[in-house]
Amino acid sequence: MQGLFCILICWVVGNAVSYLIDGYVSGNIIGMLLMFICLKFKVFNPEAVRPVAKFLLGTMALFFVPFGVGLMVSYREILDNTAAIVVATVVSTIAVIVGAGWVFQLLNRSKR
Amino acid sequence: MIETIINSDIFLLTLTIALYLLGGAIFRRTHIVFMHPTLLTAAAIIAFLSLLDIDYATYREATSIIDFALGLAVVALGYLMYEQSEKIRGREKAVFAATLAGTVIGLLSVVLIAQAFGTEREIITSIAPKSVTVPIAIAVAEPRGGLVAVTSVVVFCTGILGSIIGPTVLSMSGVKDPLAKGFALGAASHGIGTARAIELGAIEGAMAGLAMALTGVATAVLFPIVEKYLY
Repeated sequence: MQGLFCILICWVVGNAVSYLIDGYVSGNIIGMLLMFICLKFKVFNPEAVRPVAKFLLGTMALFFVPFGVGLMVSYREILDNTAAIVVATVVSTIAVIVGAGWVFQLLNRSKR
Repeated sequence: MIETIINSDIFLLTLTIALYLLGGAIFRRTHIVFMHPTLLTAAAIIAFLSLLDIDYATYREATSIIDFALGLAVVALGYLMYEQSEKIRGREKAVFAATLAGTVIGLLSVVLIAQAFGTEREIITSIAPKSVTVPIAIAVAEPRGGLVAVTSVVVFCTGILGSIIGPTVLSMSGVKDPLAKGFALGAASHGIGTARAIELGAIEGAMAGLAMALTGVATAVLFPIVEKYLY
């Protein structure tokens, strides 16, 4: 229960901050950062948060189902843009793998 | 009477969870990525709704509690970040730079290529956060007018793609450092890439999980800027 409270309070404060910055970043993402900060600075007890967090993260795949079902109304948009979506996704995915891999390797090596 | 029950919120919600449990059982038996419980469940629900002529809005409304649970899960990702943050001591510079590189390259390349195809704004917004984990991608795309169904599908496919071609692309481009490999997989292909990285080794897996969380945050912060100035 305490863990759920920690999550909710982060979300509530996150929503308030999101409102103040005009929705630039959504409230749940700010809540995620607050959760990280509160754990890091020992405001929350990680042991109390762990069970709820593990349950939510473990069940997360279920939470996407309604979005997937949304395909029944928006499949047209995908079909109409197949070429753009496929090319952009494939090229970009390769670019991210190479870019992130190179940068990490370069800086991790120069450190030692 | 049957019609009233079938159209009720609690029935549609229970059906979704029942199908998800069934999908999970099928996935554990077959272990084929395209038999993912989320995909199986969504496909079965679409078939059910079409057959009984129930519209999507009714279904969305009935399952609105799931949206709430997803919001909680996004906050819970902060716990995952905390767990993994212990593992980067002394590598902050590499982690920070690679997060930035991965996020900027990912956002710019998708947006520019889609623009070159003359794609509408709505679709560009939907596919821009393709490399980050679904809950964050939705939290990024939805408030800015993206189609969440398109986002979920593209994010899922990016995850599969990266986990299949990732190791080959990495060795072809001369990335040998196991930490860099793990990080790249998580940065490009979120949770599915992380699962692949765990197969490569524990340290690769840890780096991938960290990369997934950090690129998620970086994408949430940087995407509004890209959206404002690029298209």
